[in-house]
Amino acid sequence: MTAVAIDLPATYLTERQTVGSWLLTRDHKRIALLFFASITFFFFIGGFAATLIRLHLVTPQGGLLQPDIYNRMFTIHGIVMVWFFLIPAIPTTLGNFLVPLMIGAHDLAFPRLNLASWYVFNLSGVLLLYMLLMGGVDTGWTFYTPFSTAYANGYVTAAAVTVFINGFSTIMTALNFVVTIHRLRAPGMYWSRLPLFIWAIYATSLVMLLATPVLAMTLLLIGLERLMGVGIFDPALGGDPLLFQHMFWFYSHPAVYIMILPAMGLVSEIVACFARKPIFGYTGMTYALLAIAVISFLVWGHHMFTAGISLFSGIVFSLMSFLVAVPSAIKVFNWTATLHKGSIAFDAPMLYALGFVGLFTMGGLTGLMVATLALDVHLTDTYFVIAHFHYIMVGGAVSAYFGGLHYWWPKITGRLYPEIWARAAAILMFLGFNLTFFPQFILGYLGMPRRYYAYAPELQVWNVLSSAGASILAIAYLMPLVYLTWSLLRGRHASPNPWLATGLEWQTSSPPPKENFARTPNVTTEPYHYDPETGACIAQNGTACA
Amino acid sequence: MAETGQWVPFWPKTSALSGDRVNTLFIAELVLCAAILALVFGLIWVFCIRYRRGNPVPRSALGEKSWVFEIGWTAATLTGFLGLFVWGAGMYVWLYKPPAADLEIFIVGKQWMWKVEHPGGQREIDELHVPVGKTVRLVMASQDVIHSFFIPEFRLKHDVVPGTLETMWFRPTETGNFTIECSEFCGTEHAHMGGQIVVMEPAAYTGWLTHQGVNLSLAQQGEALFRQHGCSGCHDANSTVHAPLLTGLYGSLVHLSDGSVVRADEKYIRDCILIPRTFTVAGYPPVMPSFAGQLGEDEIMKLIAYIQSLSPAAASREESTR
Repeated sequence: MTAVAIDLPATYLTERQTVGSWLLTRDHKRIALLFFASITFFFFIGGFAATLIRLHLVTPQGGLLQPDIYNRMFTIHGIVMVWFFLIPAIPTTLGNFLVPLMIGAHDLAFPRLNLASWYVFNLSGVLLLYMLLMGGVDTGWTFYTPFSTAYANGYVTAAAVTVFINGFSTIMTALNFVVTIHRLRAPGMYWSRLPLFIWAIYATSLVMLLATPVLAMTLLLIGLERLMGVGIFDPALGGDPLLFQHMFWFYSHPAVYIMILPAMGLVSEIVACFARKPIFGYTGMTYALLAIAVISFLVWGHHMFTAGISLFSGIVFSLMSFLVAVPSAIKVFNWTATLHKGSIAFDAPMLYALGFVGLFTMGGLTGLMVATLALDVHLTDTYFVIAHFHYIMVGGAVSAYFGGLHYWWPKITGRLYPEIWARAAAILMFLGFNLTFFPQFILGYLGMPRRYYAYAPELQVWNVLSSAGASILAIAYLMPLVYLTWSLLRGRHASPNPWLATGLEWQTSSPPPKENFARTPNVTTEPYHYDPETGACIAQNGTACA
Repeated sequence: MAETGQWVPFWPKTSALSGDRVNTLFIAELVLCAAILALVFGLIWVFCIRYRRGNPVPRSALGEKSWVFEIGWTAATLTGFLGLFVWGAGMYVWLYKPPAADLEIFIVGKQWMWKVEHPGGQREIDELHVPVGKTVRLVMASQDVIHSFFIPEFRLKHDVVPGTLETMWFRPTETGNFTIECSEFCGTEHAHMGGQIVVMEPAAYTGWLTHQGVNLSLAQQGEALFRQHGCSGCHDANSTVHAPLLTGLYGSLVHLSDGSVVRADEKYIRDCILIPRTFTVAGYPPVMPSFAGQLGEDEIMKLIAYIQSLSPAAASREESTR
């Protein structure tokens, strides 16, 4: 760099500082930050509901909330966390920020669509808040019929409209990613050279594009039945309640993979960098991502093993569920093998990534148990299932999200976060998480059903432990909010490539200029050119990283 | 929830045939998962310590044999998973496919209670008395939303979906009281929709049955309804209307006018009462009116019990061929 630092170089953050320039920005990096603000807000709303739930369950008869309020709380927790945090979390923030940077593009293919996606997301968010203030909804996030269409007394239609609109934001973002990854890769960025995070976002986007419309149709039908009495799901009107479950899970099971696939991508980037080794089995990893995306569409019936589907369908869906576990297992083995003969450093992003691998493995193995037909008969709709999917979604996806946030924080903000605090938060999050959710496996096998506002007194020990863990987890989630905010103001300035990583995003300044790269980079090599012996690496544009 | 007798409840008792088998499978998977977890965590732990940055150990790359490992562990996991699948699927079919039952009891779920109708006409709410060591078959209906009949100590549950009949079976292996829960969210008092199964010695059970002060069996109550609602006007042997006779119907194969053949089980009889035009019997005119909205789920069950009682031989033959 020859520039003499008289003026600070213009970055995407300092380019123009007016409110209007942010609210009308077409820069994918600024839109990523806008999304970041929105989803963080909703994360704390969903977290607040979770806190009330766990506080309520400290005592067996749960004196804190009235039954109807408790039912509304877990419904809000589910709706907010699924559609307003977990599904958009990684794609709209880190995905938005990194996809163009990692493939050497100057922006996403449709910058205006990207901004529109944020506005649509917020529109649904405002409706959600309205629905909450009016009194909420008590169906559970799953909206099972005929309860939701004929018996629930909350704002079911408002909730359905909220989620319906939210889906369009998902579709817009996914479409943008698919076109961008197809059309805007820098010269030399062949598919075989794509970083695994890009592969993950690509696979995720395909699932989003294909599954979300089915959710929209399902919600529309709920509205038709509830408002106009069109008999689709309610047997009293000639409908079929199981039809709803088929349609809902046809979307909602792939939705789980929408949450976890991007997390797998993030973890692959982080593990390779902090082990200073090429990721083990790159090709296998890409096929595993695609295999998960495809098979995820064929397993929805495993939510219905006890619902009265035929024994034959139960058997088919169980088989498919075991098959989808194979590529997931392959990924765990590959991350483990990447550590072998690495040169491993335990910075905060790596702690989060290792936490992800551990918790995801736990979630995956208990997933085998609930995929086993005869065991699911006992375990389904109990706390065992609650624990299982929180290990995948919170232990897995949220850990990876925090790992990615720390890893790219210097790139996004140009500042370094305080390492000690970040490591402490990562460890606290891991411990708090396990204390919260491990007791729920035991509660589940003991037979405590989910969505119970009161439970048998002898189960109080495990519930108190779980609630204690939840309070630790709450503190661990608040810590990054504090020290990351601090680092925005006081953190040390970051160099372009503080981790000595190989991705193209590290080959531009921190934070990047508005146009990302002064010149479109020329890609000459595969990702993850790390040498564990020397710790050196070669970036994807062929330069030695420094 | 189950009274486990443990200081801190950790493991629920198993008190039925299904409970024992599912429990064994669970323990097997638990051991297997713990082994896999130990392997993965062990390797991560060892690698993290041995290959921590700054530790002077050789790090030269492995040979180019990575695909051997990849194919190896892919094949191993696939084989292991298929094994679990087969074990679980076999047991699922056994759990959900009822054998010949010693006793058939009707259950109606509604917000927020379980109503029980015994064949002898005894009724109870949120309690279900059964004899130990006998195969009990439950025929379940819901009057409003989806519920789920869950007995943790039997490791058994089945959803009760409105608009249809569901069946489940169990064979208790010990006497005692065991918790029933509703495990599908059904509204405000979902958490309190439960009760208990009281498993008794056969003699005590017979005693309990006779002390319920019942005059009419379920089938006799059904017969009264059969006349009251005018079913007998067409379906009696000496009726002038050309309608299918119901004697010997239950358990037999019925040829429908659309050419299909169905087994006349509880679900079929229920559907014929509520949506008769979908099930017009071959050779008969489609004249039966629907009784949807006129009969409660418990009344339908009484009618089914009556129609079952018209073909005792067929019922037992049908059970034994399952």
